[in-house]
Amino acid sequence: MNKLDLMKTANEIRKGIIRAIHSAKCGHPGGSLSAADIYTYLYFEEMNIDPKEPKKADRDRFVLSKGHTAPGYYSTLAHRGFFPVEDLLTLRKVGSYLQGHPDMKHIPGVDMSSGSLGQGISAAVGMAVSAKLSGEDYRVYTLLGDGEIQEGQVWEASMLAAHRKLDNLVVIVDNNNLQIDGAITDVNSPYPIDKKFEAFNFHVINIDGHDFDAIAAAFKEARETKGQPTAIIAKTVKGKDVSFMENQAAWHGAAPNDEQFEVAMADLEKVGEALCQK
Amino acid sequence: MSEVKKIATRESYGNALVELGKEHEDVVVLDADLAAATKTGTFKKAFPKRHIDCGIAESNMMGVAAGIATTGKVPFASSFAMFAAGRAFEQVRNSIGYPKLNVKIGATHAGISVGEDGATHQCNEDIALMRTIPGMVVINPADDIEAKAAVKAAYEHVGPVYLRFGRLAVPVINDNVEYKFEIGKAVTLREGTDVTIIASGLPVSEALEAAQKLEEDGISAQVINMHTIKPLDEEAVVAAAAQTGKIVTVEEHSVIGGLGSAVCDVVAQKAPARVLKIGVNDVFGESGPAVQLVKKYGLDADSIYEKVKAFV
Repeated sequence: MNKLDLMKTANEIRKGIIRAIHSAKCGHPGGSLSAADIYTYLYFEEMNIDPKEPKKADRDRFVLSKGHTAPGYYSTLAHRGFFPVEDLLTLRKVGSYLQGHPDMKHIPGVDMSSGSLGQGISAAVGMAVSAKLSGEDYRVYTLLGDGEIQEGQVWEASMLAAHRKLDNLVVIVDNNNLQIDGAITDVNSPYPIDKKFEAFNFHVINIDGHDFDAIAAAFKEARETKGQPTAIIAKTVKGKDVSFMENQAAWHGAAPNDEQFEVAMADLEKVGEALCQK
Repeated sequence: MSEVKKIATRESYGNALVELGKEHEDVVVLDADLAAATKTGTFKKAFPKRHIDCGIAESNMMGVAAGIATTGKVPFASSFAMFAAGRAFEQVRNSIGYPKLNVKIGATHAGISVGEDGATHQCNEDIALMRTIPGMVVINPADDIEAKAAVKAAYEHVGPVYLRFGRLAVPVINDNVEYKFEIGKAVTLREGTDVTIIASGLPVSEALEAAQKLEEDGISAQVINMHTIKPLDEEAVVAAAAQTGKIVTVEEHSVIGGLGSAVCDVVAQKAPARVLKIGVNDVFGESGPAVQLVKKYGLDADSIYEKVKAFV
């Protein structure tokens, strides 16, 4: 997929996020929107996956460690063909398989249940360890929030990942700078994030998490890195492309009302139209 | 009694893992810097590549085990009960229990028989914690034979299993040809008509000894070894309640939430009978030689004998 198509796809995925959360009347738009470009690149370009065979043995694995941004994940999986896009409107409803946080038992394409912060990365490390044990060449990707890395377990997992030289593991930090209680710098600053992962013996790449050229280059560099895991610190905008949600901690975990929904969709339509003129 | 063979069930765990490892390529053992104590060091020696030492990081270890399980291998995550069930409770619940992953948790050093290390390391709450997790199987074997059989059964069972082992050497009581281990199936060790003692883990042998003493006083005590706390053998409990009408539970665990509570749940709903719960009475343990602590906390044969006699 070329860069323009990736951008258009990400735009559609963002619309899916807003529709799903509006329908659910709750959920986490901010971090779903900030990570949409990363999700898009992973599932439409980077990973060896097959929507027709979601459990194929040699597939690359993805663990959404910041599980609350499930709407972004689900919208990506749906647009990639793992399940119908219309089902996004059942998000968080009784009886729906689209649980508030990723549920591997019921959602096609989900490799690990997650949602309790700090835990997904450990499972990703386990998957990468397992690949090394049996000499399989699938790769493992895990997406963390920048607030999430306040959890101590993240560093337990990181220490082991580097110790075992898991060069089949890529940790991506969605660095949108905001968590529920405010700016991560005000709550409990995890900065410098890159230096911390470097100190834990990761190969570290800093990128603009909305620039597909930079995202592509980072994943390529990760593939070429041998003997150590890679951490991609992706600088992003929380609430990206929805005017009133951008850089607002209040939109970490709130749903737009009907009026706000119209504005959000109009914002995203505008972004989409601009892309069509390119 | 001094000639009875005694083996700590943590030793059985290590030995059983080596046997499993020989038979099954997919067995992977994880540790958190306690391989020497959990006795998985024997597995590490035999299969160094399939032994993952996660260092002193139990929470991460449980998550790593979950991740390994998603790829089809069968991880045994080992640590002390305090850290496996206590520190890592939420990881076990959310990363293993909720997705129902095929992880086996080998928890050694359960209960007060940890001994000299004292209260911080004496976990009397693990059964209570683990049995509240939907789908979790909880097994508390009583001796070497049962512990080894339990490890094998845990491997064959698809889904999460919590295995509880002890540090103190305990008498081998199941060394007979009829012995058969089945998850969720209680073993009647002694028939009796006046009272039923339902025991689990370390105090099973003590309960047997107590029953013998009770016999001398003319009290006929049935002894049931409830090695699986979840799923509990409800039929065995209901039958015991019908047969003797008086049940005494004995466990090296808090009287809150463990075997005693599980038995009471069944009795209250299905077969009303008086129940006396013997266990650690809502207190923390303390340092001391294990055998002395077992006595001080009322889990030895003499203490069980006294309490059952008063109860009957």
